[in-house]
Amino acid sequence: MTPVGAIVAKELRSYFVSPIVYVVGSVFLLIFGVLSYAYVVLAGSQAVRMMQLQGTAAQLNLNDLVFRPTFGSMAIVLLLALPLLTMRLFAEERKLRTFELLMTSPIGINEIVFGKFLGAYVIFLGLLGLTGLVPLVLSMYSSFDWNPILTGYLGLALLGALFVAAGVLASALTENQIVAAFLSFGLLLLVWLLGGLGAILGDTPLGNIFAYLSFFEHFDRLVRGLIDTKDLVYFLCGLVLLLFLAHRVVEAQRWK
Amino acid sequence: MIEARDMTKRYGDLTAIERVTFTVAKGEVLAFLGPNGAGKTTTMRILTCFMPATEGTALVAGFDCFEQPVEVKRRIGYLPETPPVYQELTVTEYLTFVGRIKGMGTAALRAGLDRVVERLSLGDVRHRLIANLSRGYRQRVGLAQALLHDPPVLILDEPTVGLDPKQIIEIRELIKSLAGSHTVILSTHILPEATAVCQRVVIINAGRIVAEDQPDRLSARLRRSEKLSITVKAPPADLAGRLRALPGVLAVFEPTDGGAFLLECALGRDLRDDIARFIVTNGWGLLELKTVSITLEDVFLHLTQHEAGMETGSGTTETQEPTL
Ligand SMILES: Nc1ncnc2c1ncn2[C@@H]1O[C@H](COP(=O)(O)OP(=O)(O)O)[C@@H](O)[C@H]1O
Ligand SMILES: [Mg+2]
Repeated sequence: MTPVGAIVAKELRSYFVSPIVYVVGSVFLLIFGVLSYAYVVLAGSQAVRMMQLQGTAAQLNLNDLVFRPTFGSMAIVLLLALPLLTMRLFAEERKLRTFELLMTSPIGINEIVFGKFLGAYVIFLGLLGLTGLVPLVLSMYSSFDWNPILTGYLGLALLGALFVAAGVLASALTENQIVAAFLSFGLLLLVWLLGGLGAILGDTPLGNIFAYLSFFEHFDRLVRGLIDTKDLVYFLCGLVLLLFLAHRVVEAQRWK
Repeated sequence: MIEARDMTKRYGDLTAIERVTFTVAKGEVLAFLGPNGAGKTTTMRILTCFMPATEGTALVAGFDCFEQPVEVKRRIGYLPETPPVYQELTVTEYLTFVGRIKGMGTAALRAGLDRVVERLSLGDVRHRLIANLSRGYRQRVGLAQALLHDPPVLILDEPTVGLDPKQIIEIRELIKSLAGSHTVILSTHILPEATAVCQRVVIINAGRIVAEDQPDRLSARLRRSEKLSITVKAPPADLAGRLRALPGVLAVFEPTDGGAFLLECALGRDLRDDIARFIVTNGWGLLELKTVSITLEDVFLHLTQHEAGMETGSGTTETQEPTL
């Protein structure tokens, strides 16, 4: 096993004994279930109304009525949940002085940062994978287009990667886990709000820049079933930038 | 094996260590003795590449700690002041993790694991969570971690702190048994520990090295010497050597900050006249000459003179008051 693999395995082990993961994970799955159920019920009542008006049974579009709004709402849940998952990554090592072991082992800071990122990301992917039950179950009772669902999951996976990387950065900045969680939450919310600001400024140069910087537009296109290289590049660059910054922060702290 | 040259470390305005210079030969066990806050941990953190020195260089096994940290880290086993253990892992899981990040293969890891578990008597707690272990066991797990990949160099920061007398003796025996095959630096603020375990002692106080010798010679010197501090306007490069050659001078320490040389002279001899004449006639310009009140004795006063808990221990030689 490579050093990165060892760090990932160790992070997973630590997560599985931590109550935070179970709490965050349960709430995450519960909200996904409740949201999709609510949208299904809503879609059902609309269908009933349409049947009363038109007298025919209209084909329900579950993609538009259920999955799109569910994925959209999940982005907010990720914003709240992932900082709680990532806050311990570096902060805890600092606090408990185990950081000295990592930093005096013959591995690079990039391996430590990447290992920690992957450890938290695998947990998130596991939770996201469990939500796949919802479309699977729905597909047994109705038919819908799988493509936007797969791109929607890709969008959530990419968004999650970005959020986890932001959490890694925040956790590297402090040895207080609460501060780390709040930092990443604040950072992500700020970037999100940039999108709103961009929308207000409209089609001006500044407005376009803000809109591009925010993840909302990029994520939304994926949820609507559109795969655009531009959006993939956005997520990839954001991820690399955040992990690079985390690397710099860890490195800079050696010089204090 | 280890060479520190003029290492200085500043935390902002605070100078933690200043121009620390020493060497450790292969197979030697060296004690870094000094009161709390003297700069022991700081020195060790530089040698282990945890952080870089502000100035100066450190070489371990011929590799520069700053230029080739990975090569240095490969060759060092390090026990930090606080054992770096993960509470949520069992002893075996933890040591396996350590072995992997040190780049050990599966076979080497299994062999190393058996060796350190045996050597540190961890057999009974192999599968226990570290969270449930006592302080003494955690310290031993920390040591096991440092020894796991059988590195040629060991750096142990206060390895016996928080242990009971029986455990202290065990750990000291272990460290002694490493002499010859391993190069060891251990830090301590306990005088008898340094003399019991090590072949050579470096005494550090307020960030500076104030003495360095074999334990018995150090104590002998301490009992029979007077100290002088002299400041010279234009000292020749070999002034220390020339002073050392004067009759009655036992040792000369190079200037640290203000350019003051520290001389140790034979007890009962006042060399002030001789030295003043020596410097003036050579025209180097004598700026200051005084007997020093900050001596090794003062440093020792800050050190723990006896070991807590040892008095009630099993009556070993360490229980007696230090002879210094
Ligand atoms: N991270 C740090 N930031 C600021 N000051 C520090 C830091 N670490 C140590 N110091 C200071 O440096 C000095 C030397 O500390 P240290 O090397 O830990 O001494 P020792 O290990 O001998 O007790 C002390 O005055 C300590 O307060
Ligand atoms: Mg210390």
